[in-house]
Amino acid sequence: MPSAEELKQRIEDAIPGASAEVEDLTGGGDHFRAVVVSHTFAGHSRIEQHRMVYDVFGPEVGGPIHALSITTQTGREP
Amino acid sequence: MTDETTNPIRDAIQTAIDDHEVILFMKGTPDAPACGFSARTVGALQALGAPFAAVDILPDPRIREELSAISEWPTIPQLFVNGKLVGGADIVAEMYETGELAQTLGVEAPEAPAEAPAAEAPGPAPMGIENRLN
Repeated sequence: MPSAEELKQRIEDAIPGASAEVEDLTGGGDHFRAVVVSHTFAGHSRIEQHRMVYDVFGPEVGGPIHALSITTQTGREP
Repeated sequence: MTDETTNPIRDAIQTAIDDHEVILFMKGTPDAPACGFSARTVGALQALGAPFAAVDILPDPRIREELSAISEWPTIPQLFVNGKLVGGADIVAEMYETGELAQTLGVEAPEAPAEAPAAEAPGPAPMGIENRLN
């Protein structure tokens, strides 16, 4: 069963420069909420940004990770 | 591109997307959503008074598989406008709050935009989703 901490690590490892906050919404290890900040999101549509996060987990989303609610931010403007 | 196997379910989904200006693939029905994320998305569309077609993906697991293959989007709900994926529950909620959703749907934004229900929902239902369910 994935933990919020594990999801956070995997997002940060996979997306360059990302910092993530992940919350287990139900405590059951299957409904998560992630806020991900990365400069690599800049210039991408919201759909593309969210896909980049979903792609970290591949088929696990919809499987063991029943729900992953995503908010993406490009980070502070320079 | 060669089409080695016919795939009637995928074709039916693609046709549904092509034939409806606004179409929502969801769990359950607008009157009886079977998932909080689907309920939120229906709530946003109904709050804007936007007409939409809805497809319940639950009756057959292949609907979801084929839909995700078409859209390259792993989760439900999925909102399509004019044949294009607009987003899932999070993006639709975000666009509702910023007024982009009204713009995309070509409807008037509400005078005082209500906040979309929080992802953490249950909680209060600004769009009366809970009321409708009862």
